[in-house]
Parts: sequence; structure tokens; C-alpha cells
Amino acid sequence: MTSTVRLQREPFDAADEAAKLTRGRKDVGALVTFTGICRGVEDGEPIASLTLEHYPGMAESEIERHVAEARERWPLLGVTVLHRYGRILPGEDIVLVATASSHREAAFAAGEFLMDYLKTRAPFWKQVEKSGGKTWVDAKAADDAAAGRWIAPRHERETAE
Amino acid sequence: MSLKLRYFAWVRERIGKPEETIEIPPGIATVADLMTWLASRGEEYAHAFKNANVIRAAVDQKHVRANAAIKNAREIAFFPPMTGG
Repeated sequence: MTSTVRLQREPFDAADEAAKLTRGRKDVGALVTFTGICRGVEDGEPIASLTLEHYPGMAESEIERHVAEARERWPLLGVTVLHRYGRILPGEDIVLVATASSHREAAFAAGEFLMDYLKTRAPFWKQVEKSGGKTWVDAKAADDAAAGRWIAPRHERETAE
Repeated sequence: MSLKLRYFAWVRERIGKPEETIEIPPGIATVADLMTWLASRGEEYAHAFKNANVIRAAVDQKHVRANAAIKNAREIAFFPPMTGG
């Protein structure tokens, strides 16, 4: 199964990366693509940029670990996760999650699972730049709640830990 | 024991450096113990670890809870809750 996890500073082409998951294949019936984009407004104020700091090494291994979990939980034929770091401008893509499977249920569920985990467990930290300067973005309780929906039943967790 | 410590985001800013290698005195068994000891090393550390229950930790690049043992660790990182994705 094709699995790509990549961190990069440069912008990516979401359509091109997603197309790689289906090119030349006859078994993929469902391709789900999610792109996270830098907004231009935060709390009613225009933002100049977003800067993403990350923990090199751990960011890749955490994402890879969650891709491996997604593959165990759903019948996937391909997964791509791209995550940028560094300075990102409004309108630019930050993150891509693309999942391919025979049928849509697995592709949708795995895509949502991976995004919910990227929001809470992937070691990245965002700083937002506005006219007054740069401030660190706070983690949201809603993101933790979203990630919590995916926790495996108790006996599975104990085996995994 | 000699340990590499890494700091990210505002933890890094408050301490004033992204990483350091230090000698940990004996008797420091867990991540929580380590945070308490680090907070005592100076004002900048105290400021960074003021709300210890907000700080997250990773031992050898894996997320851990505050009661995790540090015994054979090579690298421990401290950071605020993550905002990736």
C-alpha cells in the first residue's frame, strides 16, 4: 500500500499529490482529500502570516504512527500526509491528508481520524502574526474532544501500550 | 545521568534556548520530578514551568505522562499543547 508522510517548508500541489494515489490503479473506488488552509482572519483581525515550529524527527514518527494505525483500522489502498512548517501566508495550504480505498466509508473515516490526530498529537506549534506582533496559538479543547472520539476500546489500548 | 533536553514554542522562549545537555542529579525519577527540579534552576525556568500541568513532555520522541520514568531516556522534550494540522 502506498503511504507517504512528508514534512516540508515549500508549498505543495494538493491535486497532484492526491492524483498519485489513483494513477494507473483500478482498485481505488474512493479518494478523499482534505487540505488545511491558512486563513486571512483570526478573531475578526486580519493576519499577516502563520509560522509553524516543529519537532524534527518526532513530527514524522508521530504522523507515521497514526498512518499505521489508520491502516490497521480501515482497509486503505493509499495514504498521503503532507505538513508544511515555517512561515505560511494567508491562502496557502498548510496540510494535506489524502486517503484512498475501495469504498468511501474507509477513506472518509481515515481522513477525519488523521486530521483529528494531527490537530492534537503532531508536534507542531503555530504563531500567528497580526499588526500587533506574533502570538502563540492556543490549543483548543474542541480538538482534544474530536481526537477523543477515535480512542480504541480499553482492551485494544492496553495491548497497544 | 546526562540528558539532552529540548524545548519548543513558548517554553523555548521563556527558557531562552532550544536545547541543552545537563547532568541530572540522582533521585529524579519521573518527568514530573524533572520539571520541578528544572523550575528551581533559575527565574526563566520557573517562568516556563509555572503551570506544570499545561506542559507536555516527550521521552525519546514519544508522548508521555508526567509520571513516566526518565531512567533510560536519552532525550526529553518539553512543550505546550500542540497546534498542528
